[in-house]
Amino acid sequence: MTDISAAGAVPATKPKNSLFVQDDLTRRRNAAETRFKYYGIVAIVLSLSVLAVMLFTIFRDGTSAFRQASVAFPITLEAEILDPKGARDPADLAKVTTIGYGNLIGQQFANFLIAEGIAVEGISDKDISGMISRDAPGRLRDMVLADPSLIGQTIDFNAYATGRIDGYMKGRVTLETAELDRNVSLEQLQLADKLIAAGILTSGFNTGFLTNPDASDQRPESAGLGVAIIGSLYMMMLVLIFTLPVGVAASIYLEEFAPKNRLTDLIEVNISNLAAVPSIVFGILGLAIFINFAGLPQSSSLVGALVISLMTLPTIIIATRAAIRAVPPSIRDAALGVGASKMQTVFHHVLPLAMPGILTGTILGLASALGETAPLLLIGMVAFVTNYPSGPFDGGVLDPATALPVQVYSWASRSDPAFIERSSGAIIVLLAFLVIMNVAAILLRRRFERRW
Amino acid sequence: MSVFLLLVVIAVLSVAGYVLCRQRALKSVDGNIRRLHSLPGYYGWFGFILASVPALLALALWLIIQPIVIERQLSGFFPAEMVEDPSARTLLFADVRRVAAGLDAAVAQGAMTEDEAEQVRTDAGSVRDRLAAVGVALGAEVTPEVLAAAQEYREMARVGVIGRAILTLILSVAGLVFAIRATGPDFRARNRVEQVVLALLILSSTIAILTTVGIVLSMLTESLRFFTMYPAADFFFNLTWSPNFRGNSELGLIPLLWGTLYISLISMLVSVPIGLFAAIYLAEYASNRVRSVVKPLIEVIAGIPTVVFGLFALVTVGPFLRDYFAQPFGFGNSGSSVMTAGIVIGILNIPFISSLADDIINAVPQSMRDGSLGLGATKSETIKKVVLPAALPGIMGAVLMAASRAIGETMIVTMGAGAAARLDLNPFEAMTTITVKIVSQLTGDTEFNSPETLVAFALGMSLFVITLGLNILALWIVRKYREQYE
Repeated sequence: MTDISAAGAVPATKPKNSLFVQDDLTRRRNAAETRFKYYGIVAIVLSLSVLAVMLFTIFRDGTSAFRQASVAFPITLEAEILDPKGARDPADLAKVTTIGYGNLIGQQFANFLIAEGIAVEGISDKDISGMISRDAPGRLRDMVLADPSLIGQTIDFNAYATGRIDGYMKGRVTLETAELDRNVSLEQLQLADKLIAAGILTSGFNTGFLTNPDASDQRPESAGLGVAIIGSLYMMMLVLIFTLPVGVAASIYLEEFAPKNRLTDLIEVNISNLAAVPSIVFGILGLAIFINFAGLPQSSSLVGALVISLMTLPTIIIATRAAIRAVPPSIRDAALGVGASKMQTVFHHVLPLAMPGILTGTILGLASALGETAPLLLIGMVAFVTNYPSGPFDGGVLDPATALPVQVYSWASRSDPAFIERSSGAIIVLLAFLVIMNVAAILLRRRFERRW
Repeated sequence: MSVFLLLVVIAVLSVAGYVLCRQRALKSVDGNIRRLHSLPGYYGWFGFILASVPALLALALWLIIQPIVIERQLSGFFPAEMVEDPSARTLLFADVRRVAAGLDAAVAQGAMTEDEAEQVRTDAGSVRDRLAAVGVALGAEVTPEVLAAAQEYREMARVGVIGRAILTLILSVAGLVFAIRATGPDFRARNRVEQVVLALLILSSTIAILTTVGIVLSMLTESLRFFTMYPAADFFFNLTWSPNFRGNSELGLIPLLWGTLYISLISMLVSVPIGLFAAIYLAEYASNRVRSVVKPLIEVIAGIPTVVFGLFALVTVGPFLRDYFAQPFGFGNSGSSVMTAGIVIGILNIPFISSLADDIINAVPQSMRDGSLGLGATKSETIKKVVLPAALPGIMGAVLMAASRAIGETMIVTMGAGAAARLDLNPFEAMTTITVKIVSQLTGDTEFNSPETLVAFALGMSLFVITLGLNILALWIVRKYREQYE
């Protein structure tokens, strides 16, 4: 009794439990509620901003890989240097090494600068010729060997500038960093300024980045993605050829025919476990079985494709089974009802209806296969390959090749910062392919998706 | 007859089988296909299958068996001690094959006549020089045994090629004839064709098992070879990892395992809270519009190749941590560190955890939320006290799967964690992992006889066992949990 009156007396003087005034506990609980909600927002903002930062840094570092500084100047192919015997005999021409061509280019470039009246105090001839890529002599030699009639003529030659000069035009190399750098001198940069002013040193779209093969540590300017793109293309073609039929066949069996027994269970468990096996383990498998046991050539796109097919197969099977399961049973019942066999039902009705879903899943599987790197390192695709593989019908899939993601890795592990730029540029190319594939998958899904 | 030519012939015979059987079926009922048991196409396919499948199988078997048989026969040419050791034996037969190929090339180019190639002996001048002249470079001078074996090899290979052609062609033609004779109005062609198709489907679905068997076998045999060269106890319990290609290596797993687990731990510290909170927000708070935008954006992270994250770790995260944390606080000055790799792997795993957790939270029945909210709990209290405990087993499963992914991740650690194997607590120090060492021991010129190379298989086996164990545990937990609400 007293308790009640005492309790009732308090609110009369002090409305503590009013609905309009929150008490401490409620306030604390509401604050906790808001905090909790903000944790979620912070988590999302954090992960999206990391994604943004990552893409930003890659595009910041990489877009410049698509531009390349080059020097254009006339060059006289002097017969006494390039063909001392004067017989234009291909065997004799081939005896002149790239060193001879290098000297010629250096000399001609220096002469050209003198003729143009461009000079920098204290610059040596070695510095001047050192501004031109070491790739140039090889290219010039190939040009001459392909067409010996050029000897004696004066041609307009367009050579890449070295990585440092290129970096100077892109702002990666500055006068301050050049002072600490043994590979470039201040005079070279001053000369570069004058050449830019004279329009001799220009920067343009770098088609070589997409077509050239890889180049050695000394020549970042001529390193390109040609071999890597071909290798990735071959691999994706083969992965498609290997995985699509096998994946679809396996899914059809498991969804439509498989009885509930031990074997089916074993297959199911295997598929879900294989999807979770680290990719490098597949690389070990490829090395042990395809290369050491079966004797297939190392670094070839065929072995890469086999390894990646085994990795991609579970993904494709899972996607295909989902697509087959999405076809309503009424379709099957109708087909069986008009007298089709089980096999005819599946191949004439279920499979065509599931096809868009299967293709979407396959494209997404291929997209993730395209970015796979680790297993390819083990089967030797990280090798330095400067020859293009032959055509797909001339055994090109057995030739050594690299792949786009592997090229990213091998450039990133080189010391010259110019290769980091190339590496980021390669990522942009890789991401472009991935975006195209994903967009294709989304469009396919939009176009053919059916709600039953 | 080359393999390619054989394949062409088999293809022609198969197409002929299709056409002939189909025609014969139609003819047998005078074009009235209602009297046929199956549609005419099925008779055609039956002919096609019988003309191609047995022949192709025989061809494949022959191609696999012939080298083994020849090798066994040729062993007689060498003293027993030369062919006892398996690796010496492999090298020896590689030599034999190369010499045989050289003789073939010499004959093809006209540098030797066929008789000469069969009769040439090592005492009549250097075979190596003669083969070098036709563009076949040999490492060492040809011994009389190798030359004799190579000549015998050519002889057997020639017989083999003829036998192969005869066998496959006979099988193909026999199949064709059998199919044509079997064709008739009462022949159940559709059932037969469907049986073959079903067999193909079953075969395809067993590839998953074959892959697992291949993984286990390849790693197991090589690991066992490793353990014959290097004691297993040392591998599992030695605290030092210092491979030395001149021998005397110390190949202890512990430092690598420590680096792997340390990096995975840090990655989980990043990915679990962020992924979980993101999932909770998306599942419980976000409006449909926000969800439809944010969820795909987070999943974009999952679609980016790991090598991109690796470059991000190498170029951006590593130097950032070094310049702003490690160096100012005196933790060291290494760009690649446990922290770098851990954080970046954590980022990689965010979408993995968030999408799995999202599904699991959505699977918690709405009635449980309603009950809690009806008792006056706030939304966050409902989540913390009701939804999360109910979803806990599933979330644990997701976390374990993420951990197994972190342990098996390769590119990020290769580019961001460093290569120094050490047992250390400082997270700003470079350490290394199992996967990094697998890559470094197996890339470049490798010889598969030294423990330094073979250790990679033992490492791979350990990695496989760890990740498989985690995944099976995770699947088991998830399955248990699913049963709860179904």
